[in-house]
Amino acid sequence: MAKKPISFTHNGRETAVFAESGSNLLDMLRRVVGDLSPKYGCGQGTCGSCTVLIDGEPHLSCLTLAETVEGRNVETTGGLQRGPDLHPLQKAFMEGFSAQCGYCTPGMLMAAKALLDRNPRPTREEVIEAISGNLCRCTGYEPIVDAIMAASGQVSGRVA
Amino acid sequence: MSSIEFRKDLFADERDDNLNEIGKPTIRQDILGHVTGRSPFYDDHLFDGLLHMRCVRSPHHHARIRSIDFSAAQRMPGVVRIVEAKDVPHNLNTLLSLLNFGRDDEPLIAPKKVAYIGEPVLAIIAETERQARDAIAAVRVDWEVLPHVLDVVEALKPGAPSVNEVYPNNTFDYGPYDHQKLRFGDVERAFQEADHIVEGEYQMSPIEQAPMETAGAIAAPETNDRYVCYTSTQALFFSLGTTAKLMNMASSRLHFVGGTVGGGFGGKVDSIVEPMSVLGAMLTGRPVKFMWDREEEMQVGAPRGAERWRIKDGIARDGRIIARSFTGFFDAGAYIRLSSYAVQKGVGHLPGPYSIPNVAANVFMVFTNRTPATAMRGFGITGVDFAIECHMDKGAETVGMDPIEFRILNAYRDGDMKAHRRTAKNTALIESCQVAASKAGWRIAPDYAQMSSLVGGGVGDRAAIPETVTDRIGLIGERRRAEMPTEPYAGSSERGRVPAGTANEAIGAAAPQREDMQIDLARMGIRKPSAQPQPPQQQPHYQPASPVPPRPIPSATPPSAAASFTPAPPRSPAPPQQPAEPAASQPTPPQSQPASQPAGQPQPYQPERPFQRGVTRPGVSRFISGTRRR
Repeated sequence: MAKKPISFTHNGRETAVFAESGSNLLDMLRRVVGDLSPKYGCGQGTCGSCTVLIDGEPHLSCLTLAETVEGRNVETTGGLQRGPDLHPLQKAFMEGFSAQCGYCTPGMLMAAKALLDRNPRPTREEVIEAISGNLCRCTGYEPIVDAIMAASGQVSGRVA
Repeated sequence: MSSIEFRKDLFADERDDNLNEIGKPTIRQDILGHVTGRSPFYDDHLFDGLLHMRCVRSPHHHARIRSIDFSAAQRMPGVVRIVEAKDVPHNLNTLLSLLNFGRDDEPLIAPKKVAYIGEPVLAIIAETERQARDAIAAVRVDWEVLPHVLDVVEALKPGAPSVNEVYPNNTFDYGPYDHQKLRFGDVERAFQEADHIVEGEYQMSPIEQAPMETAGAIAAPETNDRYVCYTSTQALFFSLGTTAKLMNMASSRLHFVGGTVGGGFGGKVDSIVEPMSVLGAMLTGRPVKFMWDREEEMQVGAPRGAERWRIKDGIARDGRIIARSFTGFFDAGAYIRLSSYAVQKGVGHLPGPYSIPNVAANVFMVFTNRTPATAMRGFGITGVDFAIECHMDKGAETVGMDPIEFRILNAYRDGDMKAHRRTAKNTALIESCQVAASKAGWRIAPDYAQMSSLVGGGVGDRAAIPETVTDRIGLIGERRRAEMPTEPYAGSSERGRVPAGTANEAIGAAAPQREDMQIDLARMGIRKPSAQPQPPQQQPHYQPASPVPPRPIPSATPPSAAASFTPAPPRSPAPPQQPAEPAASQPTPPQSQPASQPAGQPQPYQPERPFQRGVTRPGVSRFISGTRRR
């Protein structure tokens, strides 16, 4: 099968790879680039485990053709950390017990980052809306919402 | 962040108050990996030249395989190896065989017949996942579709198709019976004395665990003649032992790495993906990934088994439940997996957290042409608790009581004898009801708000095992010859009695299946009690209260006139805590197993050397095969 060259920005670094024509972004990131932080959950765009940011917008990488990120900026959970410093969202997730099995966490973090980059002080309802495309089967939604509120510098706790 | 309320006023003298961790926030040791995306799930291990394995699956509930044509698939690009049933070194297993529980009944790849939709009949290993999928689509299977059965009660009828050839009666064998019995007191007599009879039937559906990470494993040959296997399993040593058995290799040649599980909830104990991936690595000499996609996870991933429960209560006018009988049907699907154990666990739980003086249960583990069922969060208990609590509300309504007061009145208390013949300890149902009522703003009468689990239990009859009615109805194979009711009691003339107070007697216990798998106490470092310890009572264990006419049994078992119950066979080892009972005091000859297995069945797995349980050197481990050495 023909392979296509694709060049894009991956977590701030210029990257160029050869990917199989027709392959999806999730497989390209995991198998070719070697960034294992986006996870395969369903391959159908229902679970949100594979969420990455493309030019700041959350996208389901399992349903995105790899070729479409040519020249664009792709961010994943693997690039959230700055040197030894964790992103505020990562810190809030750690302190708030917001992960159990940890499989949905990378997708949750990217959905949350997209929200906070756009809206630094969201309401609780906006947080719930922003992660509504991400499933957590351990059903730890409350601590996740609390952590995102905490990361936005707002007092955690139920607003409504 | 979350708020935990400690009720230190309850049971304050039963615990220390110096809790160091509970109630205080703590940071999980694995969470840094989770929030940075670096936690090593099985699919996060990269291998050069990784191959992908996928299965051809049955589209039918029940069918015989006439032939499989994979010639077209073999010629497709990227296909490395076709894996047939005959490529599996030992293609028959049951999960619990590692615990000596049940006959081997399930192939890894079905050789002749499929019994549920999605059962694998062939596997293909290819260079890429897409090539494996394309090759799978090119395989042609000639099916002979067989009649199927999907309902537990239908499956017990005489004409029902046999789902599992190893258990042709569609039921698991519990000792000589086709169901698990529980007998405590005399429910029939109590039903006659009761003021109200309340009956109900409850049905739950199968429930998929649906973990975010689908089950899978990657296996690769190592440089030391071993195979490494990265797996999503929840039960690493279970999977290792199962793989060693199916691959017919020493477990020392397997190097299993797990522990990072993307959600399991019980669905990742079945140990299917690990032997498949190791088999692929054995046959190709290359790293092989066997991973379920989401569709497979939902279709062939074993769910929590559905249960159907019939409950009959006898209730006195004042609200006391004086008798409760159960008929339970546990839908195991096509193979045992863990369902046989789930039934035993559920029966040990009956009649729920209540003190009821007369309890009887017949619980069937039924094979149907559904996806095999397995573990999920409290399996064996959850379904019957749903039924019991629905039934409690029905009972409260019948006698005109408040449902919470009705539960408090019937709740077990410390010191009460439970139907499984152990004394209840640390009970807390009354307090739970009281706290729940006050939190919900539900008013209960002052005398019920004053009751306590610590007061009133264990007095008089509440602490004693009552005289118990037994029967031998439902021997293996009987049910299919004549349409038999499934209810726990069918006619007083066929019943025997066990006198009151027979604690620690196994009534109708399952016989151990293989001598060499019994616990060798000496090897475990437990000194056997010297010679003959004098048992507390020297009288024979039990004698029938009245000579019970032996029931004419059509099977080959000679009717034993001595008793109408089945005593535990003398060769059954006593638990290590109790001194072994002298076998000579057993008045009955050893029970011979009724002939239930028709000829021409696959023989159970017989390794060249007997299975070695535990470690051979005493003093190496504090825990050996789950038994704590004292």
